[in-house]
Amino acid sequence: MKRWLVVLAVFGLIAAACTAGDGESEVPEGLGETGATGEEQEPVTIEMWIPFSADHEVAGVQQVFDRFEQEYPWITVDVRKGVASDQKVISAIRAGTPPDAVMSWSLDDLPAFCDTGAWQDLTPYTEATDFDASLFPPSVARYTGFGGKQCAFPFLTDALGLYYNTDILEEAGYTEPPQTMSELTQMAKDLTVFNADGSIERAGFVPWFGYYMMTPPELAITFGADFYNDDGTSAIGTDPDWVELFQWQKDLVDFYGADNLRKFVAGQGDEWGEASQDFQNGRIAMAIDGEWRTAFIANGTPDLNYATAPFPVPDDQADTYGIGRVGGTIIGIPRGSAHPEEAWLLVSFMATDTDSLVAAANAIGNVPTTLPALESPELDLPEQFQTFLDIFGNPGSHYKDMSIIGSTDQNLLGDFAERWQAGDVADLQAGLQAVAQQINDEIEAAS
Amino acid sequence: MKRYTTAALFMSPWIIGFSVFILYPALASLYYSFTNYDLLSTPSFVGLDNYRFMFTKDPQFWQAMRNTIWMICVGVPLSMLVALGTAMLLTRPRRGVKGYRTILFLPTMAPPVAAALAFFVIFNPATGPVNQLLSGIGIKNPPLWFYDPFWSKWGLLFLGLWVVGQTMIIYLAGLLDVPRQLYEAADIEGASPWQKFRHVTFPSLSPVLFFTLVIGVIAGFQYFTQAYVASFAVSGQATEEASAAVGSPQGSLLFYSIYLYLKGFSDFRMGYASAMAWMLLLLTLACTALLIRSSRHWVHYQAGGFR
Repeated sequence: MKRWLVVLAVFGLIAAACTAGDGESEVPEGLGETGATGEEQEPVTIEMWIPFSADHEVAGVQQVFDRFEQEYPWITVDVRKGVASDQKVISAIRAGTPPDAVMSWSLDDLPAFCDTGAWQDLTPYTEATDFDASLFPPSVARYTGFGGKQCAFPFLTDALGLYYNTDILEEAGYTEPPQTMSELTQMAKDLTVFNADGSIERAGFVPWFGYYMMTPPELAITFGADFYNDDGTSAIGTDPDWVELFQWQKDLVDFYGADNLRKFVAGQGDEWGEASQDFQNGRIAMAIDGEWRTAFIANGTPDLNYATAPFPVPDDQADTYGIGRVGGTIIGIPRGSAHPEEAWLLVSFMATDTDSLVAAANAIGNVPTTLPALESPELDLPEQFQTFLDIFGNPGSHYKDMSIIGSTDQNLLGDFAERWQAGDVADLQAGLQAVAQQINDEIEAAS
Repeated sequence: MKRYTTAALFMSPWIIGFSVFILYPALASLYYSFTNYDLLSTPSFVGLDNYRFMFTKDPQFWQAMRNTIWMICVGVPLSMLVALGTAMLLTRPRRGVKGYRTILFLPTMAPPVAAALAFFVIFNPATGPVNQLLSGIGIKNPPLWFYDPFWSKWGLLFLGLWVVGQTMIIYLAGLLDVPRQLYEAADIEGASPWQKFRHVTFPSLSPVLFFTLVIGVIAGFQYFTQAYVASFAVSGQATEEASAAVGSPQGSLLFYSIYLYLKGFSDFRMGYASAMAWMLLLLTLACTALLIRSSRHWVHYQAGGFR
């Protein structure tokens, strides 16, 4: 008797192991027809995943959903917050259980998503509904589509500019921010204070790659340095603006001393704390940072006297002054979405409804992404925020060109940049060409 | 026949578990290693391209390999030495041994991510206590630890040495197992402490040393968590997005498993990552085989045989 019980238990275990989880599921079928808007009346619940998790940010997005539900009363939006990594979305798409709509912070992954259909091409929808794309500034098209397909809409964006501490500038006799790179270099040197032992007490501007937002891709936009040629090959080895960028950076690094900078950077305050970031504490006089910093300053260090301006441009490109790196949150419909028509209604509403965008921008402190929203009198943001609205509206502003290898190109360039600033690269041009070659190899291997 | 059936039935949970969770994924990854697979579309066959790319077009692969091998060649012997040293010290005292043992073992209980972050803070060149101590005793320019490509791996090594508690306990058990008569015989013959170690302790302990050496080397090839945490802490980013570079600073913390993970899950190249995984398996197998081969020269089993 006892032995049969044991055998039964074993069989039970086997059965459980066999039925738990299967292998890969079939790739879900593509979309059906793009339905007309707003004619179904049976209640539908759709699921949207968002990366935000901080309370005030989630509340800022929630009010958009509330407005949407008022406009389309038969649709309920079920929000899952805190999904900050694309990997969860990828797993869900592969398992055939993706959310109906999704929001992401990872712009670099969009070409891969677009190319493989993981985020659905929205062109059939935009054509069926005569969508008015002129609502968006020109930069938007460059970071929401790839290979002729439009796979995403923007939902609030970021813009990078120059922050400067007006008190520190005044002390040194400056009233205007730098507009060219040579002015930036001069002011950086003048505003720096060294300790007796040679270490940096206060830095005018930290040129060290890896320090907060100071990375090659962020600087590339204002330098006019392109990542890719029109044919999709890497332009890093051929575009002379890259040489200019790296040489400018090295000159300023040499002024400070690489080891001094390393020590200084090691002592940096937490970038995302309320009041800990170096610029907020006067440890640096000028910085490249995004529009979100205004909210941090208003909340954490409201007594700071600062101003913002577009980031300086090379002396020989002075007429481009006013542009900046832009690009931010994107929303789309994943492959296998159970309710694509309702998801389209949600996504297009979020991307275009002026009141929602303005309210979200006010709550989260990001830049609203349509031209009407940019000009709305309801925007309630610090005066220093205007710079970023202007940068985003500037037709010359854009995000770096993207490719199907995602952030590999930035990683390879960043790796090179670290060696460069440490002084380990003898031949800049050759080094850049090597990076370009690697990027081309990676793209070829991934195609 | 019935005995075989019964045996097979009892083994079946393990067989099924092994097949489903180990054998099938291994074979699947072997298949993927010959494809281009971005996780979002069906894999497309590319033959040996991934392997070719690995050996001819990927400098980061070699850097990851170098870093990993450095960690193994320096880290494993060093941690064995420290573990053995502390274990030998623990055989001495008469009182309070349990207390010392507990204290020395405690670090292994710390969660690896928390420990890595804690070490990152402690070794901060500007604000951390280590450098403050070093400057206090007169060292002018203490190393920049995780911010310096030369010293970053040493920072991780110190973290690894801090958690030798497990190995130490194993050595302690081995040491206490050495027959007392052998030491007494050595004393009678007038052996010095070094000679006692060389001719009594080491041979007796050699099977245990061999075991921890092999385990240590295999673990070294799979080194991931602490380096991943430290690298992203250095680049100042809480998440992967917009990180300055992988394996900061200057790729010195780019270890093989980290590079594999990033290629597979961030860079949409799961096929390439699978090829890397199989390379790792082959390399680990080769190293282990070499170690086992060498063991016949220096490992003595008490029962009297050689391997």
